[in-house]
Amino acid sequence: MTTSESSSAAPIARLSGVSLRYRQTVALNNVDLDIPTARVVGVIGPDGVGKSSLLSLIAGARAVQQGRVEALGGDMAQAQHRNNVCPHIAYMPQGLGKNLYPALSIEENLQFFARLFGHDAAERRARIDQLTTATGLRPFLSRPAGKLSGGMKQKLGLCCALIHDPDLLILDEPTTGVDPLARRQFWELIAGIRDKRPSMSVIVATAYMEEAERFDWLVAMDAGRILATGTPQELHQRTGTDSLEAAFIALLPEERRRGHRAVVFPPLQATRKEEIAIEARELTMRFGDFTAVDHVSFRIRRGEIFGFLGSNGCGKTTTMKMLTGLLPASEGQAWLFGREVNPRDLATRRRVGYMSQAFSLYTELTVGQNLVLHARLFAVPEAKIPQRVEEMLNRFDLVEVRGALPDSMPLGIRQRLSLAVAMVHNPELLILDEPTSGVDPIARDNFWQLLADLARCDQVTIFISTHFMNEAERCDRISLMHAGKVLVSDAPAALVEKCGAQTLEEAFIAHLERAGAQNESPATTETETVTPSVVSSADTASDHMPRSRFSIARAWSYTLREALELQRDPVRATLALLGSVILMFIMAYGISMDVEDLTFAVLDRDQTTLSQNYALNLAGSRYFIEQPPITDYTDLDQRMRRGELSLAIEIPPGFARDVKRGTPVQLGAWIDGAMPQRAETVQGYVSGMHQGWLTEVAKQRLGQDTAGFATIETRFRYNPDVRSLPAMVPAVIPILLLMIPAMLTALSVVREKELGSIVNLYVTPVTRAEFLLGKQLPYVALGMLNFLLMALLAVTVFGVPIKGDFLTLALAALIFVTVSTGMGLFASIFTRSQIAALFLTMIGTMIPAIEFAGLLNPVSSLEGAGKMIGQIYPATYMLIISRGVFGKALGLSDLHTLFVPMLLAIPVILGLSIALLKKQDT
Amino acid sequence: MDFNRNIYRLGVKELWSLARDPAMLVLIAYTFTLSVYTAATAMPETLHNAPIAIVDEDGSPLSGRIASAFYRPHFLPPTMVSLAEVDPGMDAGLFTFALDIPPDFQRDVLAGRCPTIQLNVDATRMSQAFTGSGDIQQIVLGEISEFVQRYRGNSTPPVDLALRVRFNPNLERSWFGAVMQIINNVTMLSIILAGAALIREREHGTVEHLLVMPVTPAEIMLAKVWSTGLVVLLAVALSLVFVVKGALRVPIEGSVALFLFCAALHQFATTSMGIFMATVARSMPQFGLLMLLTLLPLQMLSGGTTPRESMPEFVQNIMLAAPTTHFVSAAQAILYRGAGIEVVWPQFLALVAIGMVFFIVALNRFRKTISQLM
Repeated sequence: MTTSESSSAAPIARLSGVSLRYRQTVALNNVDLDIPTARVVGVIGPDGVGKSSLLSLIAGARAVQQGRVEALGGDMAQAQHRNNVCPHIAYMPQGLGKNLYPALSIEENLQFFARLFGHDAAERRARIDQLTTATGLRPFLSRPAGKLSGGMKQKLGLCCALIHDPDLLILDEPTTGVDPLARRQFWELIAGIRDKRPSMSVIVATAYMEEAERFDWLVAMDAGRILATGTPQELHQRTGTDSLEAAFIALLPEERRRGHRAVVFPPLQATRKEEIAIEARELTMRFGDFTAVDHVSFRIRRGEIFGFLGSNGCGKTTTMKMLTGLLPASEGQAWLFGREVNPRDLATRRRVGYMSQAFSLYTELTVGQNLVLHARLFAVPEAKIPQRVEEMLNRFDLVEVRGALPDSMPLGIRQRLSLAVAMVHNPELLILDEPTSGVDPIARDNFWQLLADLARCDQVTIFISTHFMNEAERCDRISLMHAGKVLVSDAPAALVEKCGAQTLEEAFIAHLERAGAQNESPATTETETVTPSVVSSADTASDHMPRSRFSIARAWSYTLREALELQRDPVRATLALLGSVILMFIMAYGISMDVEDLTFAVLDRDQTTLSQNYALNLAGSRYFIEQPPITDYTDLDQRMRRGELSLAIEIPPGFARDVKRGTPVQLGAWIDGAMPQRAETVQGYVSGMHQGWLTEVAKQRLGQDTAGFATIETRFRYNPDVRSLPAMVPAVIPILLLMIPAMLTALSVVREKELGSIVNLYVTPVTRAEFLLGKQLPYVALGMLNFLLMALLAVTVFGVPIKGDFLTLALAALIFVTVSTGMGLFASIFTRSQIAALFLTMIGTMIPAIEFAGLLNPVSSLEGAGKMIGQIYPATYMLIISRGVFGKALGLSDLHTLFVPMLLAIPVILGLSIALLKKQDT
Repeated sequence: MDFNRNIYRLGVKELWSLARDPAMLVLIAYTFTLSVYTAATAMPETLHNAPIAIVDEDGSPLSGRIASAFYRPHFLPPTMVSLAEVDPGMDAGLFTFALDIPPDFQRDVLAGRCPTIQLNVDATRMSQAFTGSGDIQQIVLGEISEFVQRYRGNSTPPVDLALRVRFNPNLERSWFGAVMQIINNVTMLSIILAGAALIREREHGTVEHLLVMPVTPAEIMLAKVWSTGLVVLLAVALSLVFVVKGALRVPIEGSVALFLFCAALHQFATTSMGIFMATVARSMPQFGLLMLLTLLPLQMLSGGTTPRESMPEFVQNIMLAAPTTHFVSAAQAILYRGAGIEVVWPQFLALVAIGMVFFIVALNRFRKTISQLM
């Protein structure tokens, strides 16, 4: 397939027979490809054709399933080779700032990456200064990455990728969703760097065909296969086309091209009377001190296709949300069909169809179910629904996938489904938020044809946002948006003409420059000062990088970063600290074994002084509270069922008489057995007091001395008053030290998986152990802080003194927190989503800790599986130590044997976590 | 009319979503089968296998008799230790009780000198300390008097106390454990299912989509309430019949239907809580931490784990605002004591009132925040 001109150098990457599948979906299908070295190589094609898979395989971020992938002269399936070459490869994944840490500033992000590659402090400083000067990010060093514009994020991503002077730079759609000016600057930057280091190879994936024209060599992909390779000129020649977009379509296999025709756009009819569908006046949206939309005004006529053109984050989506009533405007007004936008106005909503940016239909429902559900929710009459749904399926060519789940369909079809759903109730106005991002050119043309038909034939007003220039050209009128402001509105052709520009893109850039957008990124064109002045030292740096199994510096880099993130996330940090305090109060007061104030009542059939004396004897104790007397058996039954009485006593008639005569007599006592623990205690109390009463009566009335044969002297040790608090507080501390740190640690790893920054583990030299231990450390510190806080609370607020050796307790806490955070790491291995991680840690820590670790009942009293879990569970031992130090005045010499199981648990849990963590995406 | 229809349709959609979410299904299945079963069987009977040590300084037939009076299931076979081993053993938590029989004990007893046996109790183990020390006293004194009576005459106590335990005559804890686990699971699952589903929908942007349709937030919320409610109720019913009654052989005195009705009322409140929490939390991890902070007190302070009477007054009062308190007390009345509606109606009223408050608060928040939080 490779038609590259003969090149003397060995290819930088070579793929042979490579296939990759995600469950049923085939991402790459038997790909053979040689990528020439020292060039800018573009991988072109729409989303979902396998570009990202191809790049992540070459970068070593994803495990090779089938075939052979070579990069930088070695097999990427071998861990040894990957370890050796990863300092020479830089990989910037898809998505704006996907591998960056939004809470960290530009400086902190760069420092983090620089540490991972083993640069020392002076070199880090020099490199960061150079890179940020070159990219124009230097004035913003302290700004958090999350608050950067899309273009700046991508520049920062590039800086992070270039921090170690890679030989191979892999960029996955670096400019998608970035405004045209920033895009141009980005490419100038790359060109500047390549001027200085011509040996560096760059592989770029892009969906913008205009961009690809400038690359040295192209790989056109479709459906997991390579369509063609060669220089842009070669592709033009081969297909006889003059634009890459057309060339790409021409390269597609015959059956894909069938049905494609150029979009036919009938001109907009000058309508009889100008009916206004949407009007916005001075619409403004502020989030705190950030103005997302800044006094935007426009009018859209009925039947018009009106486009919003602008980069990600410029306010397009926010404006649309205000129009749909999703967001209340901070200022200004908007009208739909002459009625002011009101979120409670359900009638207007029926006239509007909305398609949000991301695919947002129910992926659990089939295509047909989605259509029917939406038709019903939009109150399409039940009788008409089947017909309407059929109509939509036919019109949007969805008949064949009626029973399919959206997740299993290509993006283009999903977009058609979204449109069909938005149209199912026959709306007069369609609001479409970037409906075609990521859709292939053919599907995009088809989509626009559908829009054209809707607008021209059905007189549907269409309000659409996009960042594709060629789409914007198809609109009747467009507004250019930047940083919350509308720069200009007019027909596309008129805009180009007024600016005296060649293309819409140039016109846009001209307007951006006029609006002062370049201030955000100065010095971009002056790439003279760019990086490689330290190239030599850099090469040595990466070659001499410690090849040891474990680098403290890299682990420390993760520790610092994690600590910063935790610090920047006030909610997580406060919950982590306050959470344990709150829970400590709840559990210490909540789990009380004191059984007091039990309710009882008497069914007194005797009504003598003696029978009343019996009741008084009970009521006089601190354990029992007397309730109004019981009248009869029904009353007794009722009140016990209600739970009103814990104990009912029945005194038979003739009780006093029989006692005097010495005739055996029997009293009845009913105990509520619903709560066995409480019932057991009641039993004990009652029989005790009954005995006491007997002795008393015998002494007083009968003059008998019934002293026993022996006495038992009971010493309640460690807690002489047998109060719950001194027993519970030392037990609660270990439980909380287990639960909260475990959960936070688990989340911290899974968060990276979910947000995508885990890719830094895959493609940088950091090892699994460094990654996990580095992340664990801040949580161990947090756990210890929690421990100190709780110990302080115990002594002050709860008044439970620490009788034993505090240092022993602190040491145990340190070991235990290491175990518990390790358990969090372990849980994170098996989970991909944060919610699952939460669940797993909660079930894995709370249930065994509360049920089996001896919190309520000692482990020796448990049975079966519960006992086994209790015996190996580290919390069991921490519980004994905590109780020992708090209550029993013990120290290290008494408790050291209990440290052993906990210490053993550390290498087991951490070892398992490290062994099971994947260093590549699978 | 549209209102009801939308609620019904959105609810059906929720059911579909759940049906295609294997993780949640596994969780539901687990919580209502295995977790109930293990909670019930792991719960030891009251004073089950309590570890006890005996220091026999007497070495007489009487002391031997006392030592042999402790056996399973209430006690583990006693460990015979020397006096010096008592303290370290108790310090290390090896045994909860240590009984010290002094030298010449038998002789003193027979001589009527009323000697003293010392019983050491580890009072940091509250659960065993109390009941256990009472039991030990009775056992020891019983053994002594039986021993003595072989030498002396017999005498019956003049007044006998006939103790009868209602609703659970043998005080089997598995009855209690199984049912309480179900009660706790109802609370946990309804909060999680409703809350997590809402956050996920927000992340996927489907809520946003719903809000631009002619559907009101009240409809969206009620749909979640009924659909999660239905699923959890079904799971509870199956669990009660097959796990609790079937596998664990716990007799259920009261009406299962009444209990399910009660659970439905309770879920109205808890799902509203879940939705409310989902609007407060900005992300799934925050939701998780929030849930931890609410779920634990809801379960631990409701009276389901320890009796309410033993909590400080102010805790009891605060917990009156929690739906679990009323649910637990009604559920215990129905399932253990066979109470009917005439007994538990005040709890039902309280649940409805609390549910309404939670629902209205959640609804207001839902309206206000759901689109801004995206």
